Amino acid sequence: MPSNTRPDQQHYVAPLEETPLVAIDKVKAEGKPSNLWRDAWNDVRRRPMFWISAALILLVVIVALFPGWFTQTPPNNDCQLSNSNGGPVDGHPLGFTKQGCDIYSRIIHGTSTSLSVGLIVTFLVAVLGVVFGAFAGFYGGWIDSVLSRIGDIFFSIPYILAAVVVMSVLSAYRNVWVISLAIGLFAWPATARVLRAEILRVKNADFVMSATAVGVSRFRILLRHVLPNSLAPVIVITTISLASAIVAEATLSFLGVGLPSSTMSWGNDISAAQFDLRTAPQTLILPSIALSVTVLAFIMMGEVVRDALDPKARARR
Amino acid sequence: MSVELNGTDVDTTTSTGEAERPLLQIKDLKVAFRTQTGDVTAVDGVDITLYRGQSLAIVGESGSGKSTTAHAIINLLPGSGRITGGQILLDGEDLAKASKKDMESIRGRKIGFVPQDPMSNLNPVWSIGFQVEEAIRANGIASGRKEVKQRAIEVLKQAGLQDADRRLKQFPHQFSGGMRQRVLIGMGLAADPQLLIADEPTSALDVTVQRVILDHLESLTRELGTTLLFITHDLGLAAERAEQLVVMYKGKVVESGPSREILQNPQHPYTQRLVAAAPSLASRRIQATGSIHAAEQAIAADAATAAGDELDLIATAEARAAALEAAASAPPAIVVENLTKVFKIRGSGDFKAVDDVSFQIAKGTTTALVGESGSGKSTVAKMLLKLEDSTSGRILVGGQDLASLTGPELFKLRSRMQPVFQDPYGSLNPLRNIGNTIGEPLFTHKVGDRRSRRERVYELLDQVALPRTLIGRYPNELSGGQRQRIAIARALALKPEIVVLDEAVSALDVLVQAQILRLLADLQSELGLTYLFITHDLAVVRVIADNVCVMQKGRIVEAATTDEVFDNPKEQYTQDLLAAIPGANIELGA
Repeated sequence: MPSNTRPDQQHYVAPLEETPLVAIDKVKAEGKPSNLWRDAWNDVRRRPMFWISAALILLVVIVALFPGWFTQTPPNNDCQLSNSNGGPVDGHPLGFTKQGCDIYSRIIHGTSTSLSVGLIVTFLVAVLGVVFGAFAGFYGGWIDSVLSRIGDIFFSIPYILAAVVVMSVLSAYRNVWVISLAIGLFAWPATARVLRAEILRVKNADFVMSATAVGVSRFRILLRHVLPNSLAPVIVITTISLASAIVAEATLSFLGVGLPSSTMSWGNDISAAQFDLRTAPQTLILPSIALSVTVLAFIMMGEVVRDALDPKARARR
Repeated sequence: MSVELNGTDVDTTTSTGEAERPLLQIKDLKVAFRTQTGDVTAVDGVDITLYRGQSLAIVGESGSGKSTTAHAIINLLPGSGRITGGQILLDGEDLAKASKKDMESIRGRKIGFVPQDPMSNLNPVWSIGFQVEEAIRANGIASGRKEVKQRAIEVLKQAGLQDADRRLKQFPHQFSGGMRQRVLIGMGLAADPQLLIADEPTSALDVTVQRVILDHLESLTRELGTTLLFITHDLGLAAERAEQLVVMYKGKVVESGPSREILQNPQHPYTQRLVAAAPSLASRRIQATGSIHAAEQAIAADAATAAGDELDLIATAEARAAALEAAASAPPAIVVENLTKVFKIRGSGDFKAVDDVSFQIAKGTTTALVGESGSGKSTVAKMLLKLEDSTSGRILVGGQDLASLTGPELFKLRSRMQPVFQDPYGSLNPLRNIGNTIGEPLFTHKVGDRRSRRERVYELLDQVALPRTLIGRYPNELSGGQRQRIAIARALALKPEIVVLDEAVSALDVLVQAQILRLLADLQSELGLTYLFITHDLAVVRVIADNVCVMQKGRIVEAATTDEVFDNPKEQYTQDLLAAIPGANIELGA
């Protein structure tokens, strides 16, 4: 090795002004405090898709709560067979069903049914899924084995098929609560599985060990440390499961094992219109559009929330 | 070679003229990353000159732009990164302007690359042989099944893997970290490139493995005449392994030149800070001068102390030694007797993680438990903290046997003994704010009311030198070092007697590490804490510990005072560990 330095390799020292030293590990905490949820909110509110789906969901909720604000025409009474499958006339902007009822009014009044089923099912799925998933994942051992096997049993039966069976057996008690129960009882294992996997990941974090070393009780660790850090994927799938519950109700009603025909429901209307698809397509298409838009709004919301909460999905963008 | 310079190509092989052309010359390189708030410059005007057959190390802390510079050379910038200015001349050809296709033929053939993490850089679903053969085929070194396989075996043998022909069929999970890194080095050198870039090639490995791998890399590149550019955060390692040193700070080169010269006579204040804070160098300095006190005096005259007292590890060690002279005869705070832990492993029977371990720690002192990964040191810590039950043996804390404790007694004991863990990103709950995190032990043990707890949290933030305004903020806004301070504050909340530091400074940059070590030393003398310091890094031990227990495969192979272990190691394993501290052959200015 030559002892003399070669060109461009002599000892070079940058002037201090060029790279002034800053204090080591200086605390930079300006602006508002932020954490996962606040970051997600900041992310979400900059997206048009969030505002579109939020507006649609708000509209659906308002329609469901106050149908009287949107139509004065009663949906069931006042039906005249002379108007059967009739086109739009003054006061009846979307025309009439086969029974001669006002389509617009029926769609408006059917909203609350769909939304109620969606909300009740989602609530059931969330509660059952979180309880089963959290306990199975966190406590492990035989608790996990028992709870997970129960979940597997329910998981192995397609929930639509199970709901068809339940509703056929309980044909005397068909109402919104029973149909929600029938769907919800078989739809939760997916949520439980996702949460269990997430809990298994989080419970090995150092902060859990640190809490144990402090003396925090197991249950409180689950509640305070593990569960909040595992909830993000559950929120995403429950938003989407709300949409699929609405679809499930329509499916069951369409098959004739859902709500009684006296109950206003998009599924019932679609079912009743199926034979007139050629002669009066609007009687089937219009409630289907209402159903699609509602479902789409919730699925879009689910996508937005997933993007905001899942850093991996975010990195891909 | 498919790449041709436009007309002006000079025949370098015959030019015996006065000035030799450098193999790699980087001129005023600028790299920027596009973000939502505009371009962020990561590398800002870097100049590097490297001649054939030389070795050069880029040193800096995380975020200094050292990896980005290396990735820019082979045009493998992640995400939105791009070269915004300057030249990268490889043998006169500007890589910054090379097309994608040209780069593909340059990668592997002219420039080999060894990535940082041997665990994630081999595809787990393909056999080692397949992956090496793929690299060989891609570089067009050999064609035909037989020749490719022959070359793969050669490459692996060269990289130091014995019985390579048998190992070709094995999968990455059957290889240890060191062996995987050998495979990656083999792949990097497969096409006999002129330049090999290694990005922190050994920072994920144990020190003794690191030494073997680096020795091998050195002799291999010397044999093949390969020019070596490597990146490291360890100044001692850089100075020992490279002729040329480039120190980077905030995207700029602050000092560069021959490594010995820089190390012995650091000029830029940042380099001076680095030299003062590098544990490997501090430990060597103490070694060289015989005692901490002498090292302190020797360095006092040196320019390095200009960096400031709080960063100089030797000053830290000196201050500690002075404070603790009286503590040696104190009663033991922790007694561990014949401690054993057996894990049952499905299929393969029992595994003794901890095997008949005994040691004592006197009150107010620090004992370091040193060992490589898998030595059982962390399992000892977990049993001491009662996060794991022992299979047999006794642990006495302040005279109380841990095994018999349950319920409220165990709960009370927890307040006397607190841990700080390694990973600053995993040890704080990201959804709870700093105030709640530090205050949780107080709340759990029902200490005081809301207001007094808040006061105590403020006091603790003061103790770890963090601003009180952090109380309502969340961990994601803090750096690794700051998170580790929060973890220390939380550990101190209940005024414990014992703190178990499980690799608590291993994941930090050297300067931050030096700061935290100083903080720990100060807190110890102020609060009379007893530390069990668990680490793989013997260099750090020299600065912080009074006694050392060296663990290997679940057993303590050597236990003595720090001075004894360093000056007169009895066991071969301890000697190996000591020799593996980078910087062994460096003559220091002092």
